[in-house]
Amino acid sequence: MKIALFLLTASAFLTGVAWTQTAPAGSADNGKKLFVKDGCYECHGYVGQGTKDGARIGPPPLNLEALIRYVRRPAGAMPAFTEKVLSDADLTDIYAYLRSVPAPKAIKDIPLLDELK
Amino acid sequence: MKRTGTGRRNFLKGAAAGAAALVAEPKLAKGQQQQAQRGTAPLPNAAQAARETSPPPQAAVYTTDRPGSDFMAEVIKSLGFEYVAANPGSSFRGLHESLINFKGSPNQSPELLTCCHEESSVAMAHGYFKIEGKPMMIMAHGTVGLQHASMAIYNAYADRVPVYILLGNIADETWRRSDVEWTHSVQDAASMVRDFTKWDDSPASLQHFAESAVRAYKIAMTPPMEPVVLVADAVMQEEPVPQEDRGRLRVPKLNLSQPPAGDAAAVEEAAKMLVAADHPLIIAGRAARTPAGLQSMIELAELLQAPVQDRRFRMNFPTRHPLYGSGNIADADVILGLDVPDLWYAMHSMTPVNKIGMETRTITKPGTKVIHIFAGDLFAKSNYQDFGRYAEVDLSIAADSETTLPALIEACKKLITADRKRAFDERGKKFAETAERNRQRDLDAAAFGFDASPISTARVSAELWNQLKGEDWSLVSDVTFFSYWPLRLWDFKKHYQYIGGHGAYGVGYQAPASVGAALANRKYGRISVNIQCDGDLNYAPGVLWTAAHHKIPLLTVMHNNRAYHQELMYVQDMASRAERGIDRAKIGTTITDPNIDYATMAKAYGMYSSGPISDPKDLAPALKTAIQVVKRGEPALIDVVTQPR
Ligand code: HEC
Repeated sequence: MKIALFLLTASAFLTGVAWTQTAPAGSADNGKKLFVKDGCYECHGYVGQGTKDGARIGPPPLNLEALIRYVRRPAGAMPAFTEKVLSDADLTDIYAYLRSVPAPKAIKDIPLLDELK
Repeated sequence: MKRTGTGRRNFLKGAAAGAAALVAEPKLAKGQQQQAQRGTAPLPNAAQAARETSPPPQAAVYTTDRPGSDFMAEVIKSLGFEYVAANPGSSFRGLHESLINFKGSPNQSPELLTCCHEESSVAMAHGYFKIEGKPMMIMAHGTVGLQHASMAIYNAYADRVPVYILLGNIADETWRRSDVEWTHSVQDAASMVRDFTKWDDSPASLQHFAESAVRAYKIAMTPPMEPVVLVADAVMQEEPVPQEDRGRLRVPKLNLSQPPAGDAAAVEEAAKMLVAADHPLIIAGRAARTPAGLQSMIELAELLQAPVQDRRFRMNFPTRHPLYGSGNIADADVILGLDVPDLWYAMHSMTPVNKIGMETRTITKPGTKVIHIFAGDLFAKSNYQDFGRYAEVDLSIAADSETTLPALIEACKKLITADRKRAFDERGKKFAETAERNRQRDLDAAAFGFDASPISTARVSAELWNQLKGEDWSLVSDVTFFSYWPLRLWDFKKHYQYIGGHGAYGVGYQAPASVGAALANRKYGRISVNIQCDGDLNYAPGVLWTAAHHKIPLLTVMHNNRAYHQELMYVQDMASRAERGIDRAKIGTTITDPNIDYATMAKAYGMYSSGPISDPKDLAPALKTAIQVVKRGEPALIDVVTQPR
């Protein structure tokens, strides 16, 4: 079911329909588990906040297709996760999890950072 | 009853005295001669007679007014060490005793620091030097102690830090009293670490010891500064100063060499290249050692309006300066490297571990000229590869950067015309804008995951800064594994506020090095802060006790990510490359099940502690209390469960 939904969205994307940031298919709960189990958190942090060893991906700055594309053939230092080890369905769940991560507050609303300006 | 030949014969049979028996004329100090003569005194009274039922042999001498180690201690004291760190060991017990009971100044300059591991002794000396600019002495067995110490020595060596290492050894086999002393003896003690020390010696007499001790200090302190080893023979320590030496032993005068400055013509050539450049860039390695060095760095960068790329080995440049990190190597037409151990890496990229094969690329644009002032060119060894890849440079100056900078600044000043000055000011404005953008980018990045649990490394850094900003603080840890957050958020200005890292990435450095650095900071009343990786602390946590025992004020904030995280990421890379088991990289790389309770660990060692803290809201009050403890002059540890990086 998840996969079917994913294919639907993917084909919508491929036929040129603009990506809409509606809630993606996939389970955020399962995605959260996979994000840790499959090692994404190691470089990106548990909430995808980014570290010196991995880009900021939570909330995701790219759409599901772009995320999958990137994970399969990363451009930089990130290891490639092929379909053999990580399915599109799992990545869809991971994406759902990253979408569920709250956006950060504005700097002016974080006194500890605001005073650093 | 007279002491007779029986006593003498028993004495000869005694294994313990075998060596003395072999000495035809035992050398006796004054007191000892009196004692020996007592053997010819009139008959004893009853009490004395009773004591003599098992009489000491005639030649047995129990005391000396002047063991050789007293003279060794005199030599050591002349070198001005504040501290000597040691885990006690029989091969240097003589010197140990002489130092703690030294006439007039017992256990002072140097004061003995009790360490639980020789790796801790050396790493403490390593951290201490980077704050104080003076070496600390450590003592260890020439065998098992040095084996423990060796990794830390390699770190200090790679980090160009002088550590003064004194080893005990029993050279003469006829003095080795047991299997223990045989296994603790060695032909050539220093050979084990000769590949990563600058100089060593095993003196054969006390005067030889004195000269080598002073020479070792001088060699260690001449850039490039490095660890040195001196072997103190145990028999020489424990036996009386030989009669023939009394009156003629002397402590040689120490006179440090002026550090090597760059050749004047080469410095002028460098100035010409820098002043003519449109996009000069400074890469700072181990460039600044002292407040003067840091000041020179600022002066040169401002004079040229050249951005500084900091390799983070030392406190090279103020982190909020508009020229800090605001340039790009790819844009540079002239690069000035200042004692950069990894210069090649600063100018190239390589295929990362995640991909198969190896391809290297030059980051610099074609025609970029490179100047390197590098003390490393004055001293090199072959076996250990810490010298890094060969960097092609256009002007190579074998000298100490800090020593050369004043001349380079003057040479530049002479060449800067009003026109050049205007051009420099113009480009300076752009760097100021870039620095401002970088700063904003860092703050934006810090906001992500700010309320997360485990606590983000940016949050820990922001919380710490909030409480430290009004204090005289010193960060005594490397922050590479903390995504560099303190360097990105705090205002580093003073030479003691940052000291770089391991040198050779030998894990186990951090905990003891921070204690040594904090000890150096203590007399200045600074608050020392150590962001402590969990894996590192577990090598030799006994240093927590040393900090508590010696009342060394140090705030330790655990970066408890419950993993050897770098290795976890690497194994993850390997699993992805092999397309299998991507959920198994945690095997052998994580420190969970059970989780280690660092607060309890610190308490067991007698240190104030709190945690584990996982909720970011609990962090500020915990830090506040711990800082109060540190301000009282004691160490404190807070266990913070953190994000991985
Ligand atoms: C070993 C470290 C590492 C691991 C593990 C890792 N990444 Fe990455 N990731 C990176 C790095 C580094 C980047 C930055 C770009 C680059 O160098 O490839 C990145 C970039 C990305 C990007 C692109 C971000 C952008 O803005 O373009 C996505 C998406 C991503 N990672 C997702 C994942 C997911 C999902 C996982 C787990 C299945 C994962 N990563 C595991 C290191 C890692």
